[in-house]
Amino acid sequence: MEFFRIKRDIPFMSYGRLTTAISLVTFLLAVFFLITRGLNFSVEFTGGTVMEVQYQQAANLADIRSRVDTLKLGESTIQSLGTSRDVMIRLPNLHNKSSAELSNEVLAGLSAGGQHVEVRKVDFVGPQVGEELVQHGLTAISLVCVGIMLYLALRFEWRFAVSAIIANMHDVVIILGCFAFFRWEFSLTVLAGVLAVLGYSVNESVVVFDRIRENFRKPGMRNHEVTEIIDNAITATMSRTIITHGSTECMVLSMLIFGGPALHGFATALTIGILFGIYSSVLVASPIVMWLGVSRENLIKPPKQKQEAVV
Amino acid sequence: MNRYPLWKYIVIAVALVLATIYTLPNFYGETPAVQVSSTRQSIPVDTTVMGRVEGALKADGITPDGMFLDNNSLKVRFHDPDTQIKARDAIQHELGDSYIIALNLLTASPDWLTRLKAYPMFLGLDLRGGVHFLLEVDMKAALDKTLERYSGDIRRELKKKDVRYGGVKHIGNTLEVQLRDPETLKAAEDVVSRTLPTLTQTGDTTSYKLTLTLTPDEVTRIQSDAVKQNITTLHNRVNELGVAEPVIQQSGANRIVVELPGVQDTAKAKDILGRTDTLEVRMVEDDQAKVNDALAGNVPVGYELMDEAQPDGSAQKLLVKKDVELTGDNINDAQPGFDENGAPAVHINLDSTGAEIFRQVTAENIGKRMAMILVEKGRSEIVTAPVIRSEIGGGRVEISGSMDPAEANDVALLLRAGSLAAPMTIVEERTIGPSLGKENIEKGFHSTLWGFAVIAVFMMIYYRAFGVISAISLGVNLFLLVALLSMIQATLTLPGIAAIALSLGMAIDSNVLINERVREEIRNGMPPHSAIQAGYDHAWATILDSNITTLIAGLALLIFGSGPIRGFAVVHCLGIMTSMFSAVLVSRGVVNLWYGRRRRLTSLSV
Repeated sequence: MEFFRIKRDIPFMSYGRLTTAISLVTFLLAVFFLITRGLNFSVEFTGGTVMEVQYQQAANLADIRSRVDTLKLGESTIQSLGTSRDVMIRLPNLHNKSSAELSNEVLAGLSAGGQHVEVRKVDFVGPQVGEELVQHGLTAISLVCVGIMLYLALRFEWRFAVSAIIANMHDVVIILGCFAFFRWEFSLTVLAGVLAVLGYSVNESVVVFDRIRENFRKPGMRNHEVTEIIDNAITATMSRTIITHGSTECMVLSMLIFGGPALHGFATALTIGILFGIYSSVLVASPIVMWLGVSRENLIKPPKQKQEAVV
Repeated sequence: MNRYPLWKYIVIAVALVLATIYTLPNFYGETPAVQVSSTRQSIPVDTTVMGRVEGALKADGITPDGMFLDNNSLKVRFHDPDTQIKARDAIQHELGDSYIIALNLLTASPDWLTRLKAYPMFLGLDLRGGVHFLLEVDMKAALDKTLERYSGDIRRELKKKDVRYGGVKHIGNTLEVQLRDPETLKAAEDVVSRTLPTLTQTGDTTSYKLTLTLTPDEVTRIQSDAVKQNITTLHNRVNELGVAEPVIQQSGANRIVVELPGVQDTAKAKDILGRTDTLEVRMVEDDQAKVNDALAGNVPVGYELMDEAQPDGSAQKLLVKKDVELTGDNINDAQPGFDENGAPAVHINLDSTGAEIFRQVTAENIGKRMAMILVEKGRSEIVTAPVIRSEIGGGRVEISGSMDPAEANDVALLLRAGSLAAPMTIVEERTIGPSLGKENIEKGFHSTLWGFAVIAVFMMIYYRAFGVISAISLGVNLFLLVALLSMIQATLTLPGIAAIALSLGMAIDSNVLINERVREEIRNGMPPHSAIQAGYDHAWATILDSNITTLIAGLALLIFGSGPIRGFAVVHCLGIMTSMFSAVLVSRGVVNLWYGRRRRLTSLSV
């Protein structure tokens, strides 16, 4: 079976302006939402307490809200979690109360009047930990970028390194933009997903770059323009791109469907990341490489001239 | 021809056999067990204890499935949770309070696997349920406490040498001693350099002020000691909770992680962790008449009968006065060591107030015994009751006598347990209920299973024989990854399971690259054998590049990630490595076995 029998190279590079324009608009929109709406950080970053409780029957959110409000614990958020029986209660940090007191108080408040409530999970994060996590997250992202750029610059050329990173950051910013737009909760697990996308999306660019380099080296391709060479490389890897991403997407969708609330954010980040990863590596990274002026000489080292000297 | 040299097949075979052995324990499940361990080094858990446990179980008509000694703890397996709980009560009754008796789950894998050190994967708290605490030690308080102690020492020493001084002030990380003239300044410098050589001195000859600063090394030492002491104290307290496998370890410079698998009652756990045990020093009454009275049930007013734990686990009654002479607040440190004769001893360091009281008490009670009592949650226990031989001043106390090094260690530990080196606050807490843990495992397992199945079926349809080979190599990848995780006993968390799924989803990339390449070479008119050869060769460069870039991202996560990110990163990095092995070496091996021997190969099923 074969889905992609493409006889002639698709002139991707001639759409370069259009595709980059689309990317630029999406990117700017993402940045706009990040600035105006901001990320909905989980307690891991902001500090606070999150409780997950389970009721035996469907939970009455309004009742729970009023019960928690009477405890006067500051601004709390109450939402259902996956099923109608599971409820998540999010509370801010209080200076005069420890997390144990807090969660016990809430539980007492909820089970007053003979309601049967089971605590499934309590997460408490102090404010000092959150700041550190943001620091570490940013360090990790920059370190990944530097590491990948160095490797690509060594293996290929600086032009490839620069365009791969631009394409990548574009993916990451768009994922973050989506999380900001929909106000999805941004937790540590989501951050792990975003960072995994960073590695995954570079992977995609590398496959195309590899082909471009190979094409430059092929004797049969000597008389072709740079755009033709890139078009040919993208067309040749097209089938693999779709199949691979399709497979990875299957896995991620499976996580989205079967993984439950704990894996939901992670799988969402990856789903968006993979979709934009295909787009950016084909239609963003390659045009940038072209505009940066890549040429055959950049990739094929001139044979060393023998130096002979008479002493 | 596509043939592998024999050694490559052997490498693959050895990897698969090892992987099978280390994956096996994961399939056996767990059996309920009771774990007996000791709170003290001087009370070993050995064959005698095993005999007592066996006897107690037999007396109650309980037959265990097996029992064995392991790392100073005794593990007894049972058939079902009901027997387990009955057995725990029976053992508790027999052994008493000197042992920790905890419910546990043990792997049900056969002995030969356990002997090969093949254990099931180590599950994180989010998968098995339990409590996780991150505690932060107040380092400033630790330094302040030390400086307070030093200023007391200096005052005492200066008084002893009759050096007149204006006062000792504690400012930030320094101590300032105000003196009167060059002579006293010189004398004070001498005193300090003799008694506290770790302090840096700067004498001001115009204002006669001596400034003492902690050296950076000393600061580091004080802080790391504070964390260590708090860890020891926490260990002591956690022991009381009867948790089978608690994890208490340092995390970063000033934090301590406490993980208590299986504990549900966080309120109780927190109560115990944050408790302040107190140590009391009281006088022992040795007047035989009074002791006999007390033993007869007629305890005199102002006295109390208490148990002194003996090394063999039994208890001896002592009659102790109710007046508290000194409390643990005055103890700065207690360390095991040796006395001048080389016999094991415990060295106690008291603060200035404590030292003064101790001097008085010892001066008035020479020849009598003093009891050091650990009071925890209303239960008191005599740690040790030494005889006072002479007046002891200066705040440095040495207890020696009939004890061995292990006992000295225990006593020092118990004395220190009375106080934390510095206060701690809980900065992070996670509680996961047992049902949620089980659900998390199930959900993670189902995601991986269904994703894997869809990919495998698709590959087989799309690439036919080569697709089957890809599916096999993906299966091998999963297998190797699980084996590797079991082998190195890395903690598997829910993000870790996500990483397993994602690694599989990404690993298929290598197979797709290879299969597409082989197809392409055939389309370009290459004969089958050369097409296999060329396909694998060309794909290899790409596979390497793409995996290394992914690995770079994974390593950065590993180094900078914490909590869930680290759990993800460990599995992710391992997954990349196993995927390279299985996609390149294993799949080629199968291809070679399948096609390699056929001379006249006209077409490939790809």
